[in-house]
Amino acid sequence: MSELWQLSATEIAMRIANGEISAVEVAEAHNARIEALEPEINAFITPTPDIARAQAKAIDERRATGAPLPPLAGVPLALKDVICVDGVRTTAGSRILDAYVPPYSGTVVHMLADAGTLLVGKANMDEFAMGSSTENSAYGVTKNPWDLARVPGGSSGGSAAAVAAGMAPIGIGTDTGGSIRQPASLCGVVGMKPTYGRVSRYGLIAFASSLDQIGPFARNVRDTALLLNAIAGHDPKDSTSIPDPVPQYLDGLDAGIDGLRIGIVKESLSEGTQPGVAGRFKDAIETLTSLGGEVEEVSLPSFAHALSAYYLIAPAECSSNLARYDGVRYGMRADAPTVSEMNARTRAQGFGDEVKRRVMLGTYALSAGYYDAYYGKAQKVRTLVIRDFDEAYQKFDILVSPTSPTTAFKIGEKADDPLAMYLNDLFTIPSNLAGAPAISIPCGLAEDGLPVGLQIMGPLLSESLLLRAAFAYESARGPAERPPL
Amino acid sequence: MNYEAVIGLECHVELNTESKMFCGCPTTFGGEPNTRTCPVCLGEPGSLPVPNRRAVESTMMIGLALGCRVAPHSLFHRKNYFYPDMPKNYQISQYDLPLCIGGRLDVEVAGTKTTVGITRVHLEEDTGKSLHIGTTGRISEAKYSLVDYNRAGIPLVEVVSEPDIRSAAEAQRYVAELRSILEALGVSDVRMEEGSMRCDANISMREPGGEFGTKVEIKNLNSIRSVGRALTFEIERQRKALEAGQALLQETRHFDESSGVTKTLRSKEEAFDYRYFPEPDLLPISATADWVSALESSLPELPQARRARLAAEHGLSVEQAHAVGASVASTGYFEGTVAAGANGRDAAVWMAGELGRALNNAGVGIQDARVSPAQLADLIRLVGAETVNLNTAKRVFQMAFESGDDPGVIIGREGMAQVSDEGALATAIAAVVASNATEVERFRAGEEKVFGFLVGQVMRETKGKANPALVNDLLRKVLTTGGA
Repeated sequence: MSELWQLSATEIAMRIANGEISAVEVAEAHNARIEALEPEINAFITPTPDIARAQAKAIDERRATGAPLPPLAGVPLALKDVICVDGVRTTAGSRILDAYVPPYSGTVVHMLADAGTLLVGKANMDEFAMGSSTENSAYGVTKNPWDLARVPGGSSGGSAAAVAAGMAPIGIGTDTGGSIRQPASLCGVVGMKPTYGRVSRYGLIAFASSLDQIGPFARNVRDTALLLNAIAGHDPKDSTSIPDPVPQYLDGLDAGIDGLRIGIVKESLSEGTQPGVAGRFKDAIETLTSLGGEVEEVSLPSFAHALSAYYLIAPAECSSNLARYDGVRYGMRADAPTVSEMNARTRAQGFGDEVKRRVMLGTYALSAGYYDAYYGKAQKVRTLVIRDFDEAYQKFDILVSPTSPTTAFKIGEKADDPLAMYLNDLFTIPSNLAGAPAISIPCGLAEDGLPVGLQIMGPLLSESLLLRAAFAYESARGPAERPPL
Repeated sequence: MNYEAVIGLECHVELNTESKMFCGCPTTFGGEPNTRTCPVCLGEPGSLPVPNRRAVESTMMIGLALGCRVAPHSLFHRKNYFYPDMPKNYQISQYDLPLCIGGRLDVEVAGTKTTVGITRVHLEEDTGKSLHIGTTGRISEAKYSLVDYNRAGIPLVEVVSEPDIRSAAEAQRYVAELRSILEALGVSDVRMEEGSMRCDANISMREPGGEFGTKVEIKNLNSIRSVGRALTFEIERQRKALEAGQALLQETRHFDESSGVTKTLRSKEEAFDYRYFPEPDLLPISATADWVSALESSLPELPQARRARLAAEHGLSVEQAHAVGASVASTGYFEGTVAAGANGRDAAVWMAGELGRALNNAGVGIQDARVSPAQLADLIRLVGAETVNLNTAKRVFQMAFESGDDPGVIIGREGMAQVSDEGALATAIAAVVASNATEVERFRAGEEKVFGFLVGQVMRETKGKANPALVNDLLRKVLTTGGA
């Protein structure tokens, strides 16, 4: 029998419901796993073993009364430290919020508790979700469980690494330009960015409001579907939340993809893509074809410009979103003789380099006389990206690409080269600009022995379809490889 | 050189919705600092705004009352600048797609009517309040500062006029008329002293009909009187500078209430770049035709129409219609008095005279008047019936206002009913004639003006209660016939 930390969310919930194991046992097994691996991995900014234990105890007591259990009862969960939990330190990976304890919980936090999950910790991340490696965290880099000398990707690197390393079977991340899918790819787990507005952003510390979206991590597609069901839904506290009813994502999960029209995004097959990544992607296409998928190449010309547009829109919004960190109300405060100097010093000392870089970029892009040339133009490109997708979905049901052009890179390798770092998000950004859903699933190991991710993209609210395609592919290929830990 | 002032006003109006613009916190005035706050209006990380539908509708109603077009699609924008009393360091406001555009407001000064164009009416959130703790209350000398966010997030409507105003008096009339419209709509408390309405003025001078001059903005005028004082001062300042051949600076000035002087706050070079961009946390507002027409048909009677109706229905002069129709409460008082049987013109005279005086003295509004419309009508009736004379009635009114007692009761209790009994009056007249022999002689010798003095003596003798017309007749009869 496998160790408890090796079990999937589905298995854990089932065994607890059956009375084979207790939720407290599950919590302790994962707490112990975290304690053992944290010195090497650093997946968490704040582990919360006591919360997990207390929640587990409540689940066990509830089971003892014979009351029905929620779908994820007793399943440990890693929550990216960008989502507010009432009374629990929430840093967004930043020094400026080092001592910040929110007075309220985000909507997903309530939903996850209602679903029965156990919060094992607040996961590490790039500061304010800005980065692709977790190297921008004020709390140290997270190591990739496949190779401790490498990054786990980012910005949700802590959640991805925790799920890959068996510290929790499921995790929550946020994806603004690829921040769930890219670390999922680099850590060999499943990660999904739902449709913008499908999951409430209330309580999510904003990076770029029009792009940010909360989504699930898991080690298999079924768990991903379960977790998505736990967090999706309309929230009156988020004006951009979608009112459409949420389908049961497990329904029809195994319906297969026979006859599904699959477009390969031509622009993702560039020379910059690592040969091993291109190889596994090719293998994946063959598998999809063998499953009855009708595969064809499709060109999305605006894909090439999406990155530039993203690096104007996201910084512009972040320059405004991060203005509130001024030392007046909460978080860090630097000493200074006047208010404006206090604001400036607090921000100078509290923010890291990448955050400062993007705040300055965004401030510039929104300035009088530059707005039309930068922010205005970027919004037009965004419209073009949406149009390209719309056209493609006239002919195709889903689109596929590698999730990331490379496998996990070495810590420090790209840290001093922002542009090289930004290229990590080349294939993931278009879905954020379009507000459309996309999933990354493991598709084997590259020549360097590191995991590669397959990205499946679909039109708005096509989560069921994406999960079905991913499930068919996963079932055909067999369980994903696990890191040597 | 003859210069003409060119003035445009931006008036900020706090709406009287129950909850704030983007959260559920109460909007009631006062309260311990920072008790009417939540994660949203404190700008806690991760919190999100949800627009208040009532506030959007109130703004649309203001626009409709001002003859604006409600835009089918409008947007909230973020206005970015750092200020400690602004929780997010941006204000959710509107920019190039406001809720309402292109209206008008007619104002009348000394019989001359002017139409002031309304550029736009838009919706935004208010900020908190900084308290500078130190000897002077000024930030530069403060030991430390505190911020109260109770007002942060209160819905604030901005009404922007075209530069169509030409004098301080017109500006005051414009603000008074706008205030009256807002009051009629019931969308704001319009209490300027509590800051629920405040204005900024843009002013420049030019040769009549010529090019616009250099524009100066005067911030935070928080009473109609301040609008008048500040503009009168500023027009003079600019005129003198121009006449002396000095160039004016484009700048923002502050009006100092105590000295009545405007002072430089910041120059154009120091102006903020607000980096407006569409608020990504909110959806565009779509004002459907059905929604707009439902609001339009719910508009109450507006002040201009109300005044015209009052004048026509009750034969009031323009001034009287303005006075009694000044507010919803005043109109209600007037109409209540008329409904209780008083003649409209009498009611208007009493309201402008005795009621106005009593309210002024007591420092209260008409809604707190301690003489009811029915009581006033009763008093007017008693004067008409010659039960009391007019001067006594005025005294009764003030006594009733002070004590809260019924005027009829006061008349009875104090024995203030008019004396029309000829026997009683003859006795009083005889006494006056007897004790004023010299004056009686002078009158009889043809000195007519002494008559008034003698009437006064009789009124005094009767403690003011005598029917003055009767006294006149009887006294003249006695003096000319030599009787009594």
